[in-house]
Amino acid sequence: MSELNSKSDLTPASPERRRFIGAATATAAGLTIVPGVMLYEVAHGRPEDQAASSAVRWGMLVDATKCATGCDDCVTACNTENGLTPVAESSNPKQAPQWIRKLELQDPLTQMETNLPMMCQHCAEPPCVDVCPTGASFKRADGLVLVDRHTCIGCRYCMMACPYKARSLVHEPLNDTQKPDVPRGVGCVESCTFCVQKIDRGDGTTACVEACTASGHNALVFGDMNDPESEISKKLRELPTKQVRADLNLNLGVRYHGI
Amino acid sequence: MASITFREVEGSSPKYWMLFGALGLFVLFGAIAWNTMHHYGHVVTGMDNQIVWGLPHVFAVFLIVAASGALNVASIASVFNKPMYKPLAPLSAILALALLLGGLLVLVLDLGRSDRLIVAMTHFNFKSMFTWNVFLYTGFFGLVGAYLWTMLDRTVKTYSKAAGTAAFIWRLVLTTGTGSLFGFLIARDLYGTAMLAPMFIIMSFAYGMAIYLMVLTAAYAWTGRALGDAVMMRLKSLLVVFVAAVLYFVVVHHMTNLYFSKYHAVEAFILRDGGIFTTMFWLGQVVIGCVAPLVILMSGLGKQRTWIMIACALVVLGGLAQMYVTIIGAQAFPLDMFPGLNEKSSFYDGVVHSYTPSMPEIFLGLGGIAIALLVTTFAVKLLSLLPVSLDDETVAKLEH
Repeated sequence: MSELNSKSDLTPASPERRRFIGAATATAAGLTIVPGVMLYEVAHGRPEDQAASSAVRWGMLVDATKCATGCDDCVTACNTENGLTPVAESSNPKQAPQWIRKLELQDPLTQMETNLPMMCQHCAEPPCVDVCPTGASFKRADGLVLVDRHTCIGCRYCMMACPYKARSLVHEPLNDTQKPDVPRGVGCVESCTFCVQKIDRGDGTTACVEACTASGHNALVFGDMNDPESEISKKLRELPTKQVRADLNLNLGVRYHGI
Repeated sequence: MASITFREVEGSSPKYWMLFGALGLFVLFGAIAWNTMHHYGHVVTGMDNQIVWGLPHVFAVFLIVAASGALNVASIASVFNKPMYKPLAPLSAILALALLLGGLLVLVLDLGRSDRLIVAMTHFNFKSMFTWNVFLYTGFFGLVGAYLWTMLDRTVKTYSKAAGTAAFIWRLVLTTGTGSLFGFLIARDLYGTAMLAPMFIIMSFAYGMAIYLMVLTAAYAWTGRALGDAVMMRLKSLLVVFVAAVLYFVVVHHMTNLYFSKYHAVEAFILRDGGIFTTMFWLGQVVIGCVAPLVILMSGLGKQRTWIMIACALVVLGGLAQMYVTIIGAQAFPLDMFPGLNEKSSFYDGVVHSYTPSMPEIFLGLGGIAIALLVTTFAVKLLSLLPVSLDDETVAKLEH
């Protein structure tokens, strides 16, 4: 340090040098302060060193009466948020992963049509977690059913077990649409994560719900089903809802109205 | 009891090495197939997000089921104390090990991440039937290996019955585990039943016996050793019982399903409307796999060795067809998430899924069979597994 000082003593002071030091100091100060500010902004998100809490149970309400025919904004938003290639652009559509899809139902007798999005139902008793040999399929304390990319061996037993066909195997090496906070990879199984990266950032919602709201349909509501004051809890108290394949008694995180 | 002389197969003839080379070639093709699948991903296979388990699983599960069945002959000798079967036991044990090895290799090389096999060996979820199977398979290798040792080494011969009994109980549990891989699946209509466990056990009896008979006959014919009709007819009669029992289980399974309205659609699919799967069921599983072998074996034709071999081959082909229907047919039928409603989506909901196996899948499966036979071919050269003679006179002496 003393050597550095003595050197600078010898160097004649110049306006450029002063400006440089000023800018460097400002940058350093900025780098020090900004993360703090960022942290403050996401303070209602979960710090990385804190485990997910079972006090929360994330869930989704799908109001099929509001889900519009032909609208697939939720699917597009999911692809964008999670870096998936849209199935229409895939050269192997039958092998392309789909985390959320629009399902069109029709009663053959009455001809009544129903539209709804189908995705991982984030079961409280997930069959995929039961059958996974390595424990890569797991349920987080806050109800999210996820796949650990590092221990999934691609056996596809979970895909055999899921009653909702919610899971996909990544059949080919991925292109550069991948997102840094959505780890994916060839040979592993994946499915809807309820946008876990957004939840952990503190957004409190998912890309599909945001898109549905933005389109004005408001067919999707996301939130903490354990919090009686949350919007989803209030709606679930008001609206009659059903679970898909309720006979399996899996206690789903996604509830449907209008089916 | 008369003693039996076991001797290694010389294995120096051009014919032996040609067999060895031909099997080796198929093992090589299997390795290339795996490498292709591993390099490009499962995109090069006929499998997709609808049919997630394809032809490799058909071969793998067939081989694993047949493996435990191949041990039957040895079990009859040691557990049920039938002296006639004692000279047949060592081949039975090695064939069981070889078939399991072939089946497991196909299974693990078909993983999306076959390079992560070590993860499967170090991370366990004990609620998963797959995890249980990892232990059942390794235990089978250990127990049958020990059993084989007691048969080959006179110094530990006294433990043979204990080892044989342990291996017998283990193989029953193992096949229960294999059947339960499907029996413990709630999502699909054709699975989710305890029927599958005993059904897989009886299937293993039939497949294992058919393969054993073919390997035994080939080994004796190609080495010029004597194989009498006494052995052939006894094993043939067992095969008849096993094949008839398979047919019985198949009938009971489908009849039970037909009684429940909720299974009518899937039963109609398999039994009537399923196209290739219906053909596979009636022609492959029922006619080729059960009826034709029963007719051959129970009629006058069953006295001729060629026809017995044909019947065995039909049982094997029928077994593969049965696996195809059980594994792929069950997936081809769409999941019924909304009973009574028609479903449509970009993810092929509500439609019957088609499946065309690709070359890598076919060769990976055949590679599994080839490696099982290659191991057996080499083992009979390396170890004294086969009696020098199994003519009627030698065998008759054993029973007195």
